[in-house]
Amino acid sequence: MAEEVKSPVPPPPPEGEKKPAAEQRAAPASAEPVKPAAPAKPAGPVPVPWMSPLVEKYKGQYGSGIDAQTYLGQNYFAVDRSLIPNILRLLRDEEQFDYCVDITAVHYPQREKQFDVVWILYSFPRNERVRVKTQIADGASIPSSVSIWATANWLEREVYDMFGIQFDGHPDMKRILLPDGWKGHPLRKDYGILQQDNEWVQINLGIESGQ
Amino acid sequence: MNDSTHDASNRGLSNLDLETPEKPYLDSNELIINMGPQHPATHGVLRVILKLDGEKVLGTECVIGYLHRGVEKIAENRTYTMFNPYVDRMDYVAAVSNGLGYCEAVEKLMNVEAPARAKYIRVILTELNRIASHQLWLGTHALDIGAMTPLFYTFRDREEILKIFERYCGARLTTHAFRIGGCQYETYAGFEKDVKNFLTFVAPKIDEYEELLTTNRIWIERTRNVGVISAADAISLGVTGPVLRASGVKWDLRKAQPYAAYSEFNFDIPTGTNGDTYDRYLVRMAEMRQSLRIIEQAVNGIPEGPIMAKVPKIIKPPVGEIYHSIEAPKGELGYFIVSDGSTQPYRLRVRPPSFVNLQALDTMVRGLLVADVVAVIGTIDIVLGEVDR
Repeated sequence: MAEEVKSPVPPPPPEGEKKPAAEQRAAPASAEPVKPAAPAKPAGPVPVPWMSPLVEKYKGQYGSGIDAQTYLGQNYFAVDRSLIPNILRLLRDEEQFDYCVDITAVHYPQREKQFDVVWILYSFPRNERVRVKTQIADGASIPSSVSIWATANWLEREVYDMFGIQFDGHPDMKRILLPDGWKGHPLRKDYGILQQDNEWVQINLGIESGQ
Repeated sequence: MNDSTHDASNRGLSNLDLETPEKPYLDSNELIINMGPQHPATHGVLRVILKLDGEKVLGTECVIGYLHRGVEKIAENRTYTMFNPYVDRMDYVAAVSNGLGYCEAVEKLMNVEAPARAKYIRVILTELNRIASHQLWLGTHALDIGAMTPLFYTFRDREEILKIFERYCGARLTTHAFRIGGCQYETYAGFEKDVKNFLTFVAPKIDEYEELLTTNRIWIERTRNVGVISAADAISLGVTGPVLRASGVKWDLRKAQPYAAYSEFNFDIPTGTNGDTYDRYLVRMAEMRQSLRIIEQAVNGIPEGPIMAKVPKIIKPPVGEIYHSIEAPKGELGYFIVSDGSTQPYRLRVRPPSFVNLQALDTMVRGLLVADVVAVIGTIDIVLGEVDR
């Protein structure tokens, strides 16, 4: 009780005012607010084009196959699938993105090209992060980047395990977290949260169901 | 011997690219043995398949996933608030760090910033947790190598940290200490005194650990030049945290891309030179002292004010995606969150430091003896809950 009296009365109003001001920088057009908290949220900040010499260089080279945006201060490339091994290799060799932080995917079942594959890269010399995204269809494969960053080995195996996306040229393309004989790829949106490979469970664990 | 070849084909080892040594004098075969998943030195349920020539390791393959709970799938089926306690169950010896990373990632996605006081509380608890995590690592790592005493010393002192957590939020391990937007709990009466007491209590204890090990000949023999990884290999393998710093790369996210209130404190980034197990030990010991420095500055400068930013009761970030990462005790812990504007994450990806660092095991143990594998698993400092998620 004592805390409640102490804290909310004087300090929060300046806090409340500071925040929308910060938001307005990102989304100035978010209309006349009635309540300070409400309008910023549904509108949200929008991605803006990312301007840098790096982007211009690659746009000049690859033209429309590459799009560069900034969202909440984070830069990303949306790249055509056919450019993938080249762009990643160039980012490492020429732009010093020497550390592949993570490789992951996002599933959009309603889209024609169902998967986003995402590389999160970091450069030690530039202290800068960039994301590279590409869209691929269900059943399509994507070139492996193990020859570019050794760390891609397990990360790509996990993407395969969870989404069923094949990486061409991967030295050991098999499941990593789930057992080898498992059916289904759990992070696809059509895989239910309670769903399991009951056949595998019955054969290997000798029980009716894992639930 | 037939058994071992049979095993190899069964376990898919044929895919593993292992060099065969030149024909030895006697006709001997390579031996494939299994370490774990029920093995005290694998720190949980890690299974390592070792390919051996006598006692020399020719190659390894890690089999993981025994603790897989589908954390990322769970996230898609829970609201942002409901998912918050789940992250504590990944790296359960550094639960506070997991929570910090998650809360900051969601805050970033919502364009909210935690108040200054909340940031300071976060720093204090996270650094306490870093010390606790390193203490647990030291105790178990030394025990694996054969030194039993450090385990008792570190667990005795780690208890004091857990007591502070317990008084702060009621939980010792899976603390759920932070909320999206700040902290739920104001510090309890006597929190600052407890933390200051802990600082004076633990500083000489760290010297005590070092007395036991740093100049101990057995310890040096077992760790120096064992599990060497070069800076170039470490970067290519995506290794982060103390393992990367021991190879001579001076990189710490708290300095490189400061989050919470870290930009306001003075501290150094300890680095090693050889990238061996001994250097990693020294780096972590030095890190504990740096954490004490940070905590001291934070607890002396903790500002007054609110501990929660204005966040709506129902967390509903706008459509978009964010990657945010922090320097967890084990390395870079990142969260990649895709929001579709609803109350549940559309996709939540955890970039686990233990998982990525464990991949370097094979590079580090080739050519060593079986006993060194135990030392190297210990020195990478993995938590299987985070490897498998």
